Amino acid sequence: MDLTNRQMRDIYADLLIMYAEKYPDLIAIDADLRKAIRLNKFADAYPERAINVGVAEANMIGVAAGLANMGKRPFTHTFTPFASRRVFDQVTVSVAYAGLPVKMVGSDPGVMAQLNGGTHMSLEDVGLMRTLPTMTIVEPVDGVQLAALMPQIIEHDGPLYLRLIRQEFDPIFEEGETFEIGKAKTVRSGKDVTVFASGIMVKPSLDAAEMLAEEDISVEVINIHTVKPLDVDAIVASAKKTGAVVVAENHNIIGALGSAVAETLGERLPTPLKRVGIKDHFGEVGKKDFLVEKFGLTKKEVSEAIHDVLKKKK
Amino acid sequence: MDKQHQETLEAKAKQIRIHILESIAHLGVGHVGGSLSIADVLAVLYFDVLNIDPKDPKKPDRDRFVLSKGHGGPAVYAALAMRGFFPTDWLKTLNAPNTNLPSHTDKNKTPGVDMTTGSLGQGFSVSVGMAKAAQLDKSPFKIYSIISDGESEEGQIWEAAMFAGNHKLDTLIAFTDYNKMQIDGTVNDVNDPAPLDEKWRAFKWHVQVVNGHDIPAIKEAIVQAQNHKGAPSMIILDTIKGKGAFFAEGQVGSHNMPVTKEQAEEAIKGLK
Repeated sequence: MDLTNRQMRDIYADLLIMYAEKYPDLIAIDADLRKAIRLNKFADAYPERAINVGVAEANMIGVAAGLANMGKRPFTHTFTPFASRRVFDQVTVSVAYAGLPVKMVGSDPGVMAQLNGGTHMSLEDVGLMRTLPTMTIVEPVDGVQLAALMPQIIEHDGPLYLRLIRQEFDPIFEEGETFEIGKAKTVRSGKDVTVFASGIMVKPSLDAAEMLAEEDISVEVINIHTVKPLDVDAIVASAKKTGAVVVAENHNIIGALGSAVAETLGERLPTPLKRVGIKDHFGEVGKKDFLVEKFGLTKKEVSEAIHDVLKKKK
Repeated sequence: MDKQHQETLEAKAKQIRIHILESIAHLGVGHVGGSLSIADVLAVLYFDVLNIDPKDPKKPDRDRFVLSKGHGGPAVYAALAMRGFFPTDWLKTLNAPNTNLPSHTDKNKTPGVDMTTGSLGQGFSVSVGMAKAAQLDKSPFKIYSIISDGESEEGQIWEAAMFAGNHKLDTLIAFTDYNKMQIDGTVNDVNDPAPLDEKWRAFKWHVQVVNGHDIPAIKEAIVQAQNHKGAPSMIILDTIKGKGAFFAEGQVGSHNMPVTKEQAEEAIKGLK
């Protein structure tokens, strides 16, 4: 399977179809966004196991919880804002509180909503989901990582939010790399400063590290693909080694990975820290290139943040 | 229904009401009105209709029951205790610290409870998902679910209704406890859901309207619903909130009210 030169949705749909044979209880549900996430391919292969509830996300979560309550493995699909804030009480009560293993796929996270604009730009979804006990949150960086995590996601016995890029992504990992839900992944080793990055921010973080190598600054880049449960030990270990931390994410700097790392280090190992992300701002319409410039999600902001924490480092 | 069976079920309904009143009076406050109004349908379900086994509460081929109007928990706990899912003593622990019997039904706390409910509209939507699973698996059992009239103001009820009607989920038999009252007043004063029967028909459901305190009529409606193929069933139960307790019956304030032991004793004496 080509995990690199295709859009994420095509890789995702092929993975779902591949595992559907092994897992006869796997069911794909969507809310009128079937083609957008390429579930039409799944529906062609397994018509009975593809359920389109129409434009009714609250009922999608309820139906999924009901299917899970009868032993099925439901995966729900919609855009991130409708997978999180629109159905937060349904996710809280019918899924998490009830203890049902529903896998909720939210696509087009943060600025990746692009031309759908501000209403569709969820910069709070991870923050919301993170406050729910038992919730697991996974944000794959590229196709290789998604493919490696997919069997673990299917097997995971609990509620899980999969924050998924839908279209183009920057390939980061080579096929054969291994990943584990809940375990951080070191992408580049360094000794002066650590950047914890998720999703689309891994690439600009690596670019910043490359750029700063020329100034003799050694940057460690660690990918946090599982925001919850957080790999606290890996975060503390790297912070202890480098003594300075930057967190880079495609989300409001309030509530998600930046907050999680700051909370962890605040309690375990107070360390100079700077968050790179959307600075408590709503999104707006635009292509990715425009939005990452506008909201400060580029290697420039990451490297400025690195310089900033290095100044504070004792 | 023969006379003897009717009398047996009526006695069960009376005993459910006695347990509701005693457990709520023991605590001093609770959801009296909407618990008492469903005592009769629960007597029919738990002592006639449902294929369930207290010795094996999770047996795979059991009928499922979801109380979407989760605040009627005390009524379900009474029925479950009487069926032997847990000791009757537990009923005195309603809402007490570390209880297995919380205000709203919780599948992870109470043996015999199939779904966690309390946030209105959600349990019904989950019931629809459960009925979809039963349809996919061609399961022989049914999913039973009770919603309330006030709950029918929730949008999620109608999202789920549309889905169930279009998917022809005849594995689902639902009830509306139409007691005409909600927290802030009568339902027609607050946000009238009527006409309920026409609404459900318009959503492609098989609809029946019966007196929700007439045990043979409830049973007959359930049998008819079980035999109806190609559509989910809605049985609208014409009920009285607080039915049977002099201090609560037909009272808007009975949704969640203080109850003394003396009141409960007097009400129990007056039960038919």
